Amino acid sequence: MTLKTHIGGYQKVTGFGFYSDKVIDHFQNPRNVGKIEDADGVGVAGSESCGDMVQITIKVRDDRIEDVKFKTYGCGAAIAISSIATELIKGEMLEDALQVSNQDVVEALAGLPPVKMHCSLLAEEAIKAAIADYQNRMRNDTR
Amino acid sequence: MKRIYMDHNATTPLREAVLETMLPYLRDQFGNASSLHFFGMQARAAIEAAREQVATALGAQPDEIVFTGCGTESDNQAIKGVAWANRDRGNHIVTSSIEHKAVMETCRYLEAQGFQVTYLPVDRYGMVSPDAVAGAITDRTVLVSVMFANNEVGTIQPIAEIGQVCRERGVTFHTDAIQAVGKLPIDVTDLGVDMLSLSAHKLYGPKGVGALYVREGVHADPLLHGGQQEGRRRAATENVAGIVGLGKATELQVEDMASEAERLTALRERLYAGLAARIDHVHRNGHPTRCLPGTLDVSFEYVEGEAIILGLDLAGVAVSSGSACTSASPEPSHVLLAMGVEPTSAQGSVRFSLGHENTAADVDYVVETLPPIIERLRAMSVLTPQPSFHETASAQ
Repeated sequence: MTLKTHIGGYQKVTGFGFYSDKVIDHFQNPRNVGKIEDADGVGVAGSESCGDMVQITIKVRDDRIEDVKFKTYGCGAAIAISSIATELIKGEMLEDALQVSNQDVVEALAGLPPVKMHCSLLAEEAIKAAIADYQNRMRNDTR
Repeated sequence: MKRIYMDHNATTPLREAVLETMLPYLRDQFGNASSLHFFGMQARAAIEAAREQVATALGAQPDEIVFTGCGTESDNQAIKGVAWANRDRGNHIVTSSIEHKAVMETCRYLEAQGFQVTYLPVDRYGMVSPDAVAGAITDRTVLVSVMFANNEVGTIQPIAEIGQVCRERGVTFHTDAIQAVGKLPIDVTDLGVDMLSLSAHKLYGPKGVGALYVREGVHADPLLHGGQQEGRRRAATENVAGIVGLGKATELQVEDMASEAERLTALRERLYAGLAARIDHVHRNGHPTRCLPGTLDVSFEYVEGEAIILGLDLAGVAVSSGSACTSASPEPSHVLLAMGVEPTSAQGSVRFSLGHENTAADVDYVVETLPPIIERLRAMSVLTPQPSFHETASAQ
């Protein structure tokens, strides 16, 4: 039983052939790519020297994410994760968007190789930073 | 889908002729080479013929060749073996900062055991200076280990000059020649090399077998203790089929080495020229001429190497990258960083390593296929202002 899990773990890390079709689809045809120029919130996570950097820009109306775009510098998994994460939060209320976890993202991609799990945190972090940026701006406006 | 393999520094396909020579030893000639009967003698004769083939290719004596289980073992055997055997003489090892992990991690292990290791810097082409080797040697130095040619960028080290330094100072000189054997002319005596590692699967032989050249008179403790195989230098029942394959593969590689080197060099230059003409912000890593014939390492700015590999793989082209995004803080290639390549540039590196099956048509296919992949990734990269993804996509 243990052995089976063990081998399964290795299978997943051995190559791109082990990415789900969903990951490949989002890598090849990413949704919501770009940057909203008059964004209400901007969030960035990661760093270029680490080889992984995600930027999320959001447009908010009545506490709802009306539009969202991403730009990602990183591996194939990082790009697919960013893409699906924008799909998950687009049209959602801010409070619901904040509930989207990296586990939700991984599930929506039909799984990720274990070595790529860390990439899923980056998109979540960038989304939370974009929403925090928006909320910050709102607070400053009302003052 | 048409598949193009351009990752020969990772491994190579087995030559048909090599497989043919191996098959009898996987079938009816199954004897244990230590046995004193007919079956044993068949296996023994095959191993000794292979030993001659490998020795001839290196300008060595057959007795100086020890068969091992892989290139990594050869490196471990050379470094740990010499370090352990000479503990009463000294505890210092000199190596470079661009070695393969098989050498680097072995040295790190010995450091943890109390040995001292000097990791020499390299210039921007990845070249070690023989003067730096001379300057690093102390009266406590028992071994110098500098690779023959780098696996990532292909840069060929000044092995003869380093050999000369080691000879003058009376220090044993080991070279990891796993990427060089069968690609570059090698004569261990001319080069002043005392120990040399090689691996079969990098030269169109089978996986799971390698060899270590050990100059007569060089003392090294064995890694494996047990039977008397390999002149007590490596206990274990010999992998007869593997050894036969290694011998044949080495012989065949050396046979057409010069013409193949010329052909691969031309393909490599065609590939670089094609990519540089079609893609902006491209840098070549490694020495442009003192380089393995089929190896080309290129950095594509603003994009990450693994994404390029995935894009190429989906288009049927197999290459590799010094960048590996496998942990929370992925480290770019230690080789490129040691050469002074910027971390972001190192993250965008791709290694093309060409071999026998590759043709000019393959190179042209890559030259056509890669630019739109880079363009697409750059359009979605956060690192540089680019036209939007949809504009780029519709322009194609």
